[in-house]
Amino acid sequence: MSNGILVFIEHKAGALNKTSLEAIAAGQTLAGETGQKASAVVLGAGVQSLAQEIAAYDLEKVLNVDHAQLAEYTPDAYASALEQVVRASDPQYVVMSHTYLVRDFAPKVAARFQKGLIGDCIRMKVEGGKAGFTRRIFLGKLDADVISDGAAPVFVSFQSGAFRPEQAVKGSGAGTESMSVEIGEIRMKPEAPFQEVKQAVDLSKARIIVAVGRGIKSKDNIALAEKLAEVLGADLAASRPICDAEWLPIDRQIGSSGQTVAPKLYLAVGISGAIQHLVGMKNSQTIVAINKDPEAPIFDIADYGIVGDLFEVLPVLTEEIRKMKS
Amino acid sequence: MKILVLMKQVANKDAILRINKDSNWIEEADLSFEVNESDGYALEEALRIKEKAGGEVVVCSMGPQRAKSVIKDALARGADRAIHVLGDNVVHLSPFAAAGVLSEAIREEQADLIMTGLQSDDYGYAQTGVILAELLGLPHATIVIEIDASGEELRVKRELESGWYQWYTMPKPALLTIQSGISQIRYATLKGIMAAKKKEIKEITPAAELVNKPSHQRIEKIYLPQKTKQTQLLGGGDAKKGAVELAEKLRTEARVI
Repeated sequence: MSNGILVFIEHKAGALNKTSLEAIAAGQTLAGETGQKASAVVLGAGVQSLAQEIAAYDLEKVLNVDHAQLAEYTPDAYASALEQVVRASDPQYVVMSHTYLVRDFAPKVAARFQKGLIGDCIRMKVEGGKAGFTRRIFLGKLDADVISDGAAPVFVSFQSGAFRPEQAVKGSGAGTESMSVEIGEIRMKPEAPFQEVKQAVDLSKARIIVAVGRGIKSKDNIALAEKLAEVLGADLAASRPICDAEWLPIDRQIGSSGQTVAPKLYLAVGISGAIQHLVGMKNSQTIVAINKDPEAPIFDIADYGIVGDLFEVLPVLTEEIRKMKS
Repeated sequence: MKILVLMKQVANKDAILRINKDSNWIEEADLSFEVNESDGYALEEALRIKEKAGGEVVVCSMGPQRAKSVIKDALARGADRAIHVLGDNVVHLSPFAAAGVLSEAIREEQADLIMTGLQSDDYGYAQTGVILAELLGLPHATIVIEIDASGEELRVKRELESGWYQWYTMPKPALLTIQSGISQIRYATLKGIMAAKKKEIKEITPAAELVNKPSHQRIEKIYLPQKTKQTQLLGGGDAKKGAVELAEKLRTEARVI
C-alpha cells in the first residue's frame, strides 16, 4: 500500500534551490501530521554531494537519481525519471515547490497517474489522517479548500513562502540510496540559460518604492506616480501589465518574473495584488494599498489602505508630503 | 502551418465576485466575462506566425453557450475557424479531465502547433496545456515569451525565474503555453467583425464518460482569504481625506518622512 511522503528537490547545476527547503518543511509537516515518513529525491548528473547535503535533514532517506540525461533540465527527462521513482517508491504524497520548473514538468508526471497536480497551495490541514489543501483562485481574490479523492499518489506543490526554509528540520543523517532510471528519447534541446540585460535598476536596495499597476490606466498618468516618488525620494516600480505594455521598462517590474524587494515602505498604486506580484513585495516593512476595489487582494497584506480613486489620492498625497518635508 | 489556439472564457478581471450559496464557486448570474488574458496573447502569436508562414489558425474554446463571445472575437481578430466544446459544466472539470476532453476534440485536427495561455485567471491550475501535450504525445514548453517558427524545428524562448531565460528547440508538432505580454494584441477591425460572421464554428458535445470521470481534486469550499495583516483603512470612502490621513501616518507611524 502506498505510504510515505516523497519530496522533490530542485537545484541549479547541483546548487540547492532554497525553495527546496520549503518543500522539505512541507513534506516533514505532512509526514508528522499523517504519521508517515518523508523521503526526498534528487534528479541530476553528479549530484551525490547535493544528496549528502539533503541527508542532513530529518528524512527517512534521500534517493539519488544520477543519469547523464538529467544533467540539464528537460521536461521529457525529468518526467520520465520522476515517474519511475514514484512507481518504485509508491508514496502517498509527492510534495514539490511550485516553481517554474515544477510547473513545466510535474503535471506531465501526474497525468501518467491519471490525474493532475494540486498546484500552488498556500496551506494544508490534516483531518482524520487525510490532508486538505488550500489554493488561491481568481488571481488571489478567493481561497479554495481542495481535497483529493481517489488513489495515491497525490501530487501537490506549494507556493513559495507557504513554508519557510528555516522550518526544515535537521536530523541525525538520513541514508542516501542510488536509484537507476531509464530515460528514452528527449525531444527538446535546451540552450544555456541567460539573463536578458544586466539589470540597470536594482530595486532590492530601495528604501521606498512607489509601484503602479493596471489602475493607472495610461502611460501619461504614470507622471502622477513619478511626482509622488520624487517627493518621497522613492524608486518607481510596476506590476507586470505595466511593463508588458511598455509604459515602464521591464527592469522596474516587481514579482515572480521580475525583482523581489523588501523596502521600508511599499506604496502599491492601482495594483490589485495577483499572487505573482505579491511574492515579489510581501516582505516589505510597511505596505500601503491605494485601489478602488475594496476586494482587491493587495488589501490583505496592506498596513494602510485607501479604497478610492487613485487620481484623487495621488495629487493630494504628493502635496501633503511636500508640505511636511518643506 | 496549422495552429490550434485554446482559449478560455473567464470572469472579467474587474468583476466583483460573489460566492454562491453552496460556497463551492462564484455566482455567475450577472457576471461579465472576458477572454483569459494569456490566451489572448496565444491567439495574437498564432496570427503573427500565420502572417509570416501562411496556414490556418483554428480556435478552440470549451464552455457553455456564453463562450461563443470569446470565439467570435477570436474569429474577428483573424482566426479562420473555430471549435466550441459545448457543455454547461465543462468549465469546472479538473485539469486532467479538461485535457482529456480537449484532446478528443482536437486530436483529428493534427495541428502542427497548439498554443494556449500559461494559466487561467479563474481556477489558475496552470497545467491543462501540459497534460494535453502528454495525452497527445507531443513535446511542450511552458511560459514561452518568444517563438521562432521559421525553421524545420521550433525554437522557443522560455521565461525562468528572477529575470533568467532559456531557449529550447523541439520538433513539430508541439504544444506551447504562452506568457502574457509576448506581443501587443491587435484589436478586431470592422472588416474582421463582418468577415467573422461567415466563419465556421463547429460545436462538439463531449462524451458523458469523459465529462463524468471521477475527479482527483475537488473544491470543498471557497471563501474570502483570511487577512494576514490588520489593515487601517483611511479616509472612510473619501479619497482626498484618505490621502491627508495617509501622509500623517507615514510621518508619525511608519516614520518614512
